[in-house]
Amino acid sequence: MLTILFDGIAYGMLLFVLACGLAVTLGLMNFVNLAHGAFAMAGGYVTAVLMNRYGVPFLATLPLAFIVPAIVGLLLERTLYRPLYGRSHLDQVLFSIGLVFMAVAAVDYAMGSQQQLIQLPAWLQGRVDVLGIQVGLYRSFIIVICGVLVVALQLILSRTRFGSRLRAAVDDPRVARGLGINVSMIFATTFAVGSGLAGLGGALGAEILGLDPTFPLKFMIYFLIVVTVGGTSSITGPFLASLILGIADVAGKYYVPSLGAFVIYTLMIVVLILRPQGLFARAR
Amino acid sequence: MRRRTVLSAAGAALAILAFGGAASAQEAMKIGLILPMTGPFASTGRQIEAAAKLYMQQNGDTVAGKKIQLIVKDDTGVADVTKRLAQELIVNDKVGVIAGFGLTPLALAPAPLATQAKVPAVVMAAATATITEASPYIVRTSFTLPQATVPMANWASENGIKKVVTLVSDYGPGIDAEKAFSGAFSAKGGQVESLRVPLANPDFSPFLQKVADAKPDALFVFVPSGVGAQFMKQFVERGLDKSGIKLIGPGDVTDDDILNGMGDVALGAITTHHYSAAHDSPENKAFVEAFKKANNNMRPNFMALGGYDGMHVIYEGLKKSNGAGGEALINAMKGLSWTSPRGPVSIDPQTRDIIQNIYVRKVERVNGELYNVEFATIPSVKDPVKAAKSN
Amino acid sequence: MHADPTAETATPSSTADAVRRRLVRKGRWSVAEIAFWLVAAATLVFLPERHLILNEIAIIGLFALSLDLILGYAGIVSLGHAAFFGFGAYAAGILAKHGLADPLLGLAVASLATALLGFATSFLVLRGTDLTKLMVTLGVALLLGEIANQASWLTGGADGLQGISMGPVLGLFEFDIFGTTAYAYSLAVTFVLFVIARRIVVSPFGLSLRSIRDNPLRARAVGIPVNRRLVAVYTLAAAYAGVAGALLAQTTQFVSLDVLAFHRSADIMLVLVIGGAGYLYGGLLGAIGFKILQDILSAWTPQYWQFWIGLILVVLVLAGRERLTDRVKALWPRSRPSPDGKAQALPVTPAREV
Repeated sequence: MLTILFDGIAYGMLLFVLACGLAVTLGLMNFVNLAHGAFAMAGGYVTAVLMNRYGVPFLATLPLAFIVPAIVGLLLERTLYRPLYGRSHLDQVLFSIGLVFMAVAAVDYAMGSQQQLIQLPAWLQGRVDVLGIQVGLYRSFIIVICGVLVVALQLILSRTRFGSRLRAAVDDPRVARGLGINVSMIFATTFAVGSGLAGLGGALGAEILGLDPTFPLKFMIYFLIVVTVGGTSSITGPFLASLILGIADVAGKYYVPSLGAFVIYTLMIVVLILRPQGLFARAR
Repeated sequence: MRRRTVLSAAGAALAILAFGGAASAQEAMKIGLILPMTGPFASTGRQIEAAAKLYMQQNGDTVAGKKIQLIVKDDTGVADVTKRLAQELIVNDKVGVIAGFGLTPLALAPAPLATQAKVPAVVMAAATATITEASPYIVRTSFTLPQATVPMANWASENGIKKVVTLVSDYGPGIDAEKAFSGAFSAKGGQVESLRVPLANPDFSPFLQKVADAKPDALFVFVPSGVGAQFMKQFVERGLDKSGIKLIGPGDVTDDDILNGMGDVALGAITTHHYSAAHDSPENKAFVEAFKKANNNMRPNFMALGGYDGMHVIYEGLKKSNGAGGEALINAMKGLSWTSPRGPVSIDPQTRDIIQNIYVRKVERVNGELYNVEFATIPSVKDPVKAAKSN
Repeated sequence: MHADPTAETATPSSTADAVRRRLVRKGRWSVAEIAFWLVAAATLVFLPERHLILNEIAIIGLFALSLDLILGYAGIVSLGHAAFFGFGAYAAGILAKHGLADPLLGLAVASLATALLGFATSFLVLRGTDLTKLMVTLGVALLLGEIANQASWLTGGADGLQGISMGPVLGLFEFDIFGTTAYAYSLAVTFVLFVIARRIVVSPFGLSLRSIRDNPLRARAVGIPVNRRLVAVYTLAAAYAGVAGALLAQTTQFVSLDVLAFHRSADIMLVLVIGGAGYLYGGLLGAIGFKILQDILSAWTPQYWQFWIGLILVVLVLAGRERLTDRVKALWPRSRPSPDGKAQALPVTPAREV
């Protein structure tokens, strides 16, 4: 029972790191970026290539799995995304789907279509017995990293000057600009960080979720579910939503395996009907 | 501006296609190879395509006076597209053989076409037992899941395994494997509990937890190749290997394509299958070497072998029918027997399914790489489902 | 033909007259439209080798048209429209499998069944933001897909529904291997449904839909029963999608789970957006463009055609998709300037925000 809870939390945490960048672009910048999964995939592949071809240790690849997608994200934001901020959502969907198709085919071309596998260091493998609960080491590692990230993100958003500027820029970009806030710079930074987080999530998730060129398409639905159920107006919303979905998914599959896939979708529909703005949206 | 370049590029592509079509010789035998080349099952398509091309490269492109021409189409893994492509190939390109078919529904959708147009269809991958019954023009060169599974059940009961949990992906082949295993294993007095996981399932942990709670002697697993790696890792992560649960199943879970990347977690898994890249025979050594050389050191898996032998069946069938297609060709294919890289095989004249040896293998490290090492052989296994029906 | 300048006075009845005249004028067929359908009919004779893909284009065109009815005209975004497509396909397929092989009967049953499903689920999309609607419709489609997977005694599960054999259309035309009957049948059905849709969107009902799309609050304020209208159009669109699915099931005589899959909903959205939403021909043109492009590219490079499709999408957006589709739209009568110079009478319909 508690093991299931633990697995669910780890799964949810992973979903959160993967999806929180999307929550930021969608909720804060109002940009439907379906290509978000492509950044996650980029991070996963950075880790896989560094580990398998160059023998870099797992931990050392993680910062790069953050940095590379962040830089790619920054470049793309400056060149391609920015002109589309004001455009209709349909345009944005079309554009970002196009990017996904390109990323999928390009990775396929460069790396082949098979699964990419990584070898975790020995100290992350296996599991230990904590107070009678079987705890997977790697899953604990994910929980710790993601937990730290959540706290850090929340602190940055609520306590720092950058956070308050970001919130101001989102609430009303024109007024924010009028107050001398460099909105465009803030958006670019946010986008880059969101992409980097996705990359980190992709690297962490490669072991559990698998990694192949269709990754962005396979997990697009999950990301969207997290963001819509959580609401897009804060970080805590998607975080709690990820946890709920992770636990519901894992527990659903454990207790009613024949209904496994129904649980997550039904939950989403029910939540969205009761709370169309998302479970944790602020009242407007 | 850029749109115009795109348009002209598209125009150019059209022109090339038109010319390519016109240039084909009269005495040609076209083979339409329909495979999932994109999407989640792309690696199946890649392996088969590479193997088919390798076969043509090794055996020349002229058979019985006919020039063999291979047309590769991508069906993206969607059944109605497979059907349309097959129909277009038959009607427009006048192909003499359709081949490929990565998944069960993709093989079943065009089956009526093969009957209607009298075009032989060579199934190189899809492994549900019933496929060859869908049309008298279907020949299979891959395997059937019950064929690979029943020997596993026998092996398990002979080796002191009494209680097994089966865990299969919830689709045709998975259910086939589950039924075949439970049937054969409980007939021998074993105890079986069944679990099915959705086909699109990112996380196995809840199912594995159920397995851990059931404490069986062995876990029988079938998941499509590709997902096997994730499964293995989570199996070990959950400590199931240490709690003494053996991992058994048909060879899809330790697919050669990704086996080496799985690392030590795969060690010790016992599977039954018709092909391992480590099969010890001169034919196989030559095949593996040539395949790796032609494909950037990619290791061939059982999919590739299905493609390779599929081409062999087409070539040999054409030789026997003196280049005639249609019914003469399918009749010529029936009863063919040869030594494939996987060992001696033949096409059952009654069911048009392949008869082959099934090997019991264990994952071991050989020369620094992981391989399925064969340690027992069950010779000339027919598909048990159809064999049971005919009795 | 009713143009009568003396009627331009400010009495209520004359306003009604003006609106009526306008609607009648919009209902007239332009040369470009007639040419479009003539060309489509001509392909029956002139492109015998392409009937299979043309059949698919006709079906996808109809499917996109159905999405246009809710997205382009009523502003309901959906990422789960395949729910209806797939439901219709399974309805027609299961019916044919159990002996009721008449194609038109299958269409009728499929459209009724999907209309019911559409009616039942329409209440889910009345509330919420666009994103919510996207995800709710998506969820419905995914749920149906799971149900179809689980109910394998009825649907054949992941192996697909086999053993469908269709009777001849109207008792006369057998489906042939060249796809000619199939194409003629799908094209005829698509045309008839198109004419009906065209009639509907220029009716006062269609007008009220567009006013809801452009401003639901104002529409409510002027007395349009917003929810009822949305339910009605959603049901209608569902029936259309069901017919498209039934056509696919009947002409390919096979149904597999991917008729309900996410990629089908996403593809149809792409098709519609490429063609341009909100003018009925968008879906048809998008289907033609998308399928032909895909066919050429995937014949050219079966492994990497997605890359080029993606590139084209990106370039299309950056180059200004709306400008392009607006230019095409100008070919149809609605966007032509009205003779009485009342340009503000109807809002122009750019593809709206999701």
